[in-house]
Amino acid sequence: MNYSAAIAEVASYCKVDVVASYPITPSTPITHELNKLYVNGGFPKFITVEAEFSAISSLLGASAAGARTFSATCGQGLMLMHEALFSTSGMRLPVVMAVANRAISSPLNIWADEQDAMCQRDSGWIQLYCKNGQEAVDTTIQAFKIAEKMMIPAMVCLDGFYLTHSVGQIDLPDKDKVAAFLPPYKNPFVLDPQNPLTVGAYAVPADYQDFREDLCADLESSAKTIEEVGKEFGKVFGREYGLVEYHNCKDADRVIITLGSVYNTIEMVADALRAKGEKVGVAHLRSFRPFPASDLRANLGGKHVLVVERDVSPGAVPPVYAEVSEALGGTGSTVSVAAGLLGGREAKRQAFEALFERMKQGKVKAWLCSKEKKL
Amino acid sequence: MKFAVSKPGTTVAIKTGEWRSQKPAVDLAKCIKCATCQNYCPEGCMGTPGQAPDIDFDYCKGCGLCAQECPVKCIRMEQEIKLVGKKKA
Repeated sequence: MNYSAAIAEVASYCKVDVVASYPITPSTPITHELNKLYVNGGFPKFITVEAEFSAISSLLGASAAGARTFSATCGQGLMLMHEALFSTSGMRLPVVMAVANRAISSPLNIWADEQDAMCQRDSGWIQLYCKNGQEAVDTTIQAFKIAEKMMIPAMVCLDGFYLTHSVGQIDLPDKDKVAAFLPPYKNPFVLDPQNPLTVGAYAVPADYQDFREDLCADLESSAKTIEEVGKEFGKVFGREYGLVEYHNCKDADRVIITLGSVYNTIEMVADALRAKGEKVGVAHLRSFRPFPASDLRANLGGKHVLVVERDVSPGAVPPVYAEVSEALGGTGSTVSVAAGLLGGREAKRQAFEALFERMKQGKVKAWLCSKEKKL
Repeated sequence: MKFAVSKPGTTVAIKTGEWRSQKPAVDLAKCIKCATCQNYCPEGCMGTPGQAPDIDFDYCKGCGLCAQECPVKCIRMEQEIKLVGKKKA
């Protein structure tokens, strides 16, 4: 099954009321499949919008009016939503959105990396990254439950093309079980013409910070909800999820941590090295927001941890590396980074074999698969 | 969990007149009651159109549009002196 079709299908199982989505590569197949479902009666309302700013803004309104809402976007589309993303989280509206991670212009590039979502990291949204199509499907269902419990919007991040245009086997969760798993959405402050309310209005200097402190605290505590919902999902559907997935990390001295579909290649490499007796592990950072700092400290503290990330922060160190370094500070860990694979650049297994090998010599801080600077 | 939700009516409750640094002064002898100021006023606080301006200073922000648009120039913006720390003029 096409992963995009599967994501759209489970969104309808989740009984979404309103979808607003503007096509942009590589999230277009999700929008396309949602549209197909809508015309066939899959859910009650698809708002055709003229751009992504309108898509997120109309979902913000629909969510405030008590509707379960869903969208899909990526790259420049997500950038155009930027302002309204903050409004959505500030108004505590649990919109769920699939983000088909892609590069950002200029130069124009439509292929996979994670720069689009990374630069929305302070928008107050939950960000869950998926390593394969099955995870994207399962995470979409969980995202509604997490978002609505915490009243915080959530992004389901999946690498463009790798996970949006691939066809593979998907265990599509049972429709009735999904309905039972996901209680109806209840907004405590429903916009209703009979009982008018103002949502997200003006907060004076004496009040504004209180709202931000509250959102920060709730986003942090959503980590617990993500774990609970992941466990519950496991009981019902047989696949359990957490904040971070650790693979052979317990006795490992070297661990590569990453997010997104590149995990799969690194896992293959790590397994092959294990078979040769090397103590290497690999971890998938499923939840980037909230950032699971204490979880990482407990599981990776003291080890040599290398962050592979498909994003950059011009003028500073890459963002995931910065946060992993902060989380593992004081544990005796060495934290390394290899950033790259931007705009769809591919990595072969040899690149990660070389990284594991170089970690033996100490800290690594390098571009990944760079033409200029060889590892 | 905090929700930034309020009942409608904040535009009444928030006395935007506190923001004012200049205040319109009308020379009623020169006023021709043409309603231009009343139609232009973004706050709708210049009184009834067709009658002499009756400014609601609780809400007048002192933007000066009325003085700008008055065809007979009978409105002048004056510097307003307010006591720091005290609410309302």
